[in-house]
Amino acid sequence: MKPDPLHKALADATFTAYREAVIRLPPDVLRAIGNAAAAETNAVARGEFENILKNIEIAEQHGIPLCQDTGVPVVYLTVPPDVPFTQDLYDAIARGVRRATKEVPLRPNVVDPLTRHNTNDNTGMGMPAIHVKPGKTLAVTVLPKGAGAENMSRTAMLLPSQKDQIEKFVVETVYLAGSRPCPPVIIGVGIGGTFDGAAALAKEALLEPVDHMTEYEQEIFAAVNRLGIGPMGLGGDTTALAVLVKKAGCHTASLPVAVNIQCWANRHATVEVKR
Amino acid sequence: MTGPIRLTTPLGDEVLRLRAGDRVELSGTVYTARDEAHLRMQEAGIPFDPKGAVIYHCGPVIGDGKVIAAGPTTSARMNEMEGFLIDKGVRAFIGKGGMGSTVRNQLAGKGVYLAFTGGCAALASSHMSLQGVFFEDLGMAEAVWIIGLERLPLVVGIDSVGNDIFAAAHRQADTVFRQYR
Repeated sequence: MKPDPLHKALADATFTAYREAVIRLPPDVLRAIGNAAAAETNAVARGEFENILKNIEIAEQHGIPLCQDTGVPVVYLTVPPDVPFTQDLYDAIARGVRRATKEVPLRPNVVDPLTRHNTNDNTGMGMPAIHVKPGKTLAVTVLPKGAGAENMSRTAMLLPSQKDQIEKFVVETVYLAGSRPCPPVIIGVGIGGTFDGAAALAKEALLEPVDHMTEYEQEIFAAVNRLGIGPMGLGGDTTALAVLVKKAGCHTASLPVAVNIQCWANRHATVEVKR
Repeated sequence: MTGPIRLTTPLGDEVLRLRAGDRVELSGTVYTARDEAHLRMQEAGIPFDPKGAVIYHCGPVIGDGKVIAAGPTTSARMNEMEGFLIDKGVRAFIGKGGMGSTVRNQLAGKGVYLAFTGGCAALASSHMSLQGVFFEDLGMAEAVWIIGLERLPLVVGIDSVGNDIFAAAHRQADTVFRQYR
C-alpha cells in the first residue's frame, strides 16, 4: 500500500531532520563551543577545542556525519488537531529513519538487547523512540543519541529532604563518567515527576537552548566545571558546556532526579512537515 | 609555544623523548584494532610487522574503498590486552579517554599513548587514506584496517616515563569531588 501524501511528507521530514542533526550542530551549541574554546586557559584543552571546531567545519563542508556514532533515533513529534493520531505516524517516522540509515549513511546501531542481533536499519523493537505531544504544527525533532554519553547517565530517587543533594548527584555523575562521555558535556537534568518521567525530562532538557541557563542551572554548571576533567578528560576549565534542568510535579514523599549526559555534539534538528 | 612535533611511522626511540601534553602530528601507517581484533591477534598472530607500529583504537565507517568516518573509541576496554603488542615492538596506541596503569607500566621505556579527540570522525577521515585490511570477517567495526595518515593532530596522553595527563586530571577531579563527602 502506498503511503498518503501526509505520511510521505512526515517520512521525508524525519529523513531531513536526521541528516541535518548528524551533520550540523544547532547554532546555540556552536556558540557555546566557540565561547568555551575562547575562554579555555589549559593548552592541551585548547588543542582539543581546535580539533572539535575543525571537525565541525569539515563535516559541514563535506556533508558527512560529525561522529561515526550516529546514535539511536530519539524522536519528538508534535501533532496538530486536524491530523489523526494513528499508527501511520509511527510507521512514517520509522520509514524516514530507515532511509536516513541507508542514504546519509548512518551506522546501524540498533540491536536486540539480549541476542545483540542488529536490525541493520536503526528501527525495530520500539525504535525509533517516539515522544508525541499536541501542537500547532506537524513537526518532527530528531535527537540522535550516541552510546558513550548515554551510558554514563543515572537516575536517583532522593528523599524529599535531600533537595540540596541534587547538585552533588549531578557532579558525582560527571565525576564517575570521567573521560568516557567525550566531554565537554551537556547535562540534561530531570527533577520531579515519576521514576521514568524524570529520565524523560532529563533527555528532553537537552533540546533547550544552551545559552539561557537559569541561576540554578548556572550554580550546578559552575560546580561541575570545578572538577577540572576538561575536554576528553585531559584536564581543563571546560568539563561541561551547559546544565539544563526540567521540572515536573512529584509525589510529596518523592524526589526523583535523572541526569542524562550528552557529549559536546549535542545533535538535534527539527523539521516542520509542509502541508 | 612551539608547534606540534612531527612523527612518521615506523616509530623508533624518538617516542621516548615525547612528554605527556606534547602535541604531535603523525604521518605514515596505522592499524585499527578494537576488542575482537586484539583477541584474534592473540590467537592467530599479528598480521603486520609490529616493530615501530602504531595501533589505532577505532571502528571506522568504510565506504567505496574510502575511510568515511574514523573517530577514536574508548581505549580503556583494551586495558589488559596490549602487553603482547608492546612486547613485539608496537610503539604507540591512539585512542580516547586514556588507559589504565597496566598499560602505563608496560609503556615505560618503550612507547606512548596518543589521544585523539573523541567525536572528531570527520576531521580524522580528512587526514586518512585506506590502504588495506586484515581480518575482514570480523566485520567493519572490528576488522584491522590499514590506514595511511597525513599529519593527524594528536596529544601525548601517557609518555614512556610514567606521566599520564588523564590520571592527573582524574586526581584533580577526585580532590574536588571529595568536598561533597
